[in-house]
Amino acid sequence: MNELASIDRDNRGEVTQVRGLGSRRGLMEGSEAIALASIAAGCRFFAGYPMTPFTEVLEHFAKYLPDVGGTCINAESELEAVGMAWGALSTGARAATGSTGQGLSLMQESFSEITLAELPLVIFNMARGQQDYFQSTRGGGHGDYRHIVLAPMDITEAVELTQLAFHLADIWRNPVLVYGDYLTAHTRESVTVDTIDFGPVPEKAWALDGSLTGSGDSRLVSPLGFGKHGHPNPGIEQHLRSISAKHKAIEAAEVRCESGFTDDAETIVVAFGTPAKFVRYVVQAMRAEGERVGYVRPISLWPFPYEAVAQAAAGARTVAVFELCAGQMIEDVRLGVLGAAPVVGIGGISTDGSGFGVGPLLDAEHIRERIFAVHRGGAGAELPPLPDNERTQG
Amino acid sequence: MSAAKQLPVLDTSVAPSAARKVGDLKPDLLLTQEHNMCPGCGEPLVLRSFLEALSELDVAQRSIGILGVGCYTSFGMTMDVDLVQALHGRAPSIATGVKRMRPDSIVFTLQGDGDMVNEGLQEVLHTAARGENVTCILLNNGVFGETGGHMTATTVLGQRTKNSLEGRDAAYHGYPILIGDLLARLEGAAYVARGSVHNAGAVARTKKMLKRAFEIQRDGGGFTFVEVLTMCPTGWFIPTGEGPDYMHSTLGEVHVMGELKADGRIKSTEELHEENAKRQQEIEARLAAGGLEEDS
Repeated sequence: MNELASIDRDNRGEVTQVRGLGSRRGLMEGSEAIALASIAAGCRFFAGYPMTPFTEVLEHFAKYLPDVGGTCINAESELEAVGMAWGALSTGARAATGSTGQGLSLMQESFSEITLAELPLVIFNMARGQQDYFQSTRGGGHGDYRHIVLAPMDITEAVELTQLAFHLADIWRNPVLVYGDYLTAHTRESVTVDTIDFGPVPEKAWALDGSLTGSGDSRLVSPLGFGKHGHPNPGIEQHLRSISAKHKAIEAAEVRCESGFTDDAETIVVAFGTPAKFVRYVVQAMRAEGERVGYVRPISLWPFPYEAVAQAAAGARTVAVFELCAGQMIEDVRLGVLGAAPVVGIGGISTDGSGFGVGPLLDAEHIRERIFAVHRGGAGAELPPLPDNERTQG
Repeated sequence: MSAAKQLPVLDTSVAPSAARKVGDLKPDLLLTQEHNMCPGCGEPLVLRSFLEALSELDVAQRSIGILGVGCYTSFGMTMDVDLVQALHGRAPSIATGVKRMRPDSIVFTLQGDGDMVNEGLQEVLHTAARGENVTCILLNNGVFGETGGHMTATTVLGQRTKNSLEGRDAAYHGYPILIGDLLARLEGAAYVARGSVHNAGAVARTKKMLKRAFEIQRDGGGFTFVEVLTMCPTGWFIPTGEGPDYMHSTLGEVHVMGELKADGRIKSTEELHEENAKRQQEIEARLAAGGLEEDS
């Protein structure tokens, strides 16, 4: 890797000016690419707590942020990590936090309140498998809240979606979660990290710098819908309604999805994230052999591409859902298909011996067998047994 | 009592005027003199003290506050300060994020004992240990006032609350935490003080503590902490007028007023007791000798 950014220092070694990131191209791990893409997007604050397989994301923020005048704090707990990001966001800075789903469980209370305070938080989940679909799209926190969830299938897409996450967070003043996994964090790809211009974002007039203290127009960043004395004070009911309306608007505007070979497909396979890249490869190979199969890859998990799934399912005999968990996204797929075709899960729980990494099911041959089973035998077909990991095999 | 022994409380050489009304004397950093606290509550006295301290130090226009969750949360609507409303217990980490992004600002948290010492104990400890250059202000009344008078981690032994009806019993409920003493031991804590608002002298002394804490923060000195004992007659189920004396003789005996850590020196509860007794003797001696200078 080249130098991250050009930095001017005065004769005491103090940073006086940081020039923007130039184009950076290299063979790099996903966690490094995500940190660099965040910095390219203007992120200047990160706080996190180590946890496999997320840890290296934190490491790379710690390595690079100080060089661009930013701050990375190795927080004492996940609760404090998200709190620190909350504070940084309140000043108008682009800020992020992250963990695995287990660590994000600890942050859920703050996620709810940060959403209601309309702060543009970006969250990275380097998940253990795909067991956090419900947590990401439904949330484990309280109240009526939603996070935009983006699921890259590889490092190149992660670089783009990471920067999009910061942009959408600012546009909507709503948290955006990037859903990755062990492979997202730890695979090396040759990628280019360049600042992507997604267009202007609204001015952050709400951000605090202390300058309006004592002016009569001081600001209050609050999840409660309170206003200052003598200023508009809508109260919690109106505040929650306005956020609900915003979430409806996001549902209409921010659906992202890729699909292929769906027009005449008898079997549609739905998958997201890293496994979707495997599924896409297998479906393409089966098509080349003349099998009428197609795929849908939700890129935004919330808002979910219900329409794309419905269109793909129209005329199909079977809709198969491949996900590395007991079956979570399948509920959204069923909501999209609405009974037009039987929906069957062809994935399952599969991890390595540690429980943190990639299980043997994430393999083109296994996926091909399972797609073939339902493609030939329909929704009721018996699936091959799930492959065991090295620990079970002894 | 001779005239010489009178405290110089009011200037009687000028006629009382409209300017003497409470509302006209509100600090610059309040949008209204109204508040939602119960009669006899000690929290507005602390609010006034730290707002005046910020004004007098001329740092108001770079001040950012973070509010915890308790009765004092409603000050968020009346304080003319740039504010973040935190979750219960989480204000110190939010203060950390604010300060790191705006190192030139004066950042303070306002939290109750339930917020800081129950729910968020690790937050304030870690923030102090990190030497984070912020000021945490604790309003300590020994009960969850907002929920109606329940036991907190600072409730003193024998104190009656809604869930320690016969008084806090160490064998059953455990012991109170003296948070100031805990924090004082941490290397990153530059200044730790405990004030009170049970009488005018205590309020004046508390304001000095707050001012000193903000000064140290302004000068980049590290983590500063001011705890203030505040009356909660509603939560204590006592007549409003008895609040100050009750507090001084119960909470005040355990959570002892004074500077627990200043200029690198840590003082024990026993030392603070001795110091306060000596202070009282001096005041009485000076009163006997003809009166007190203002500001002593």
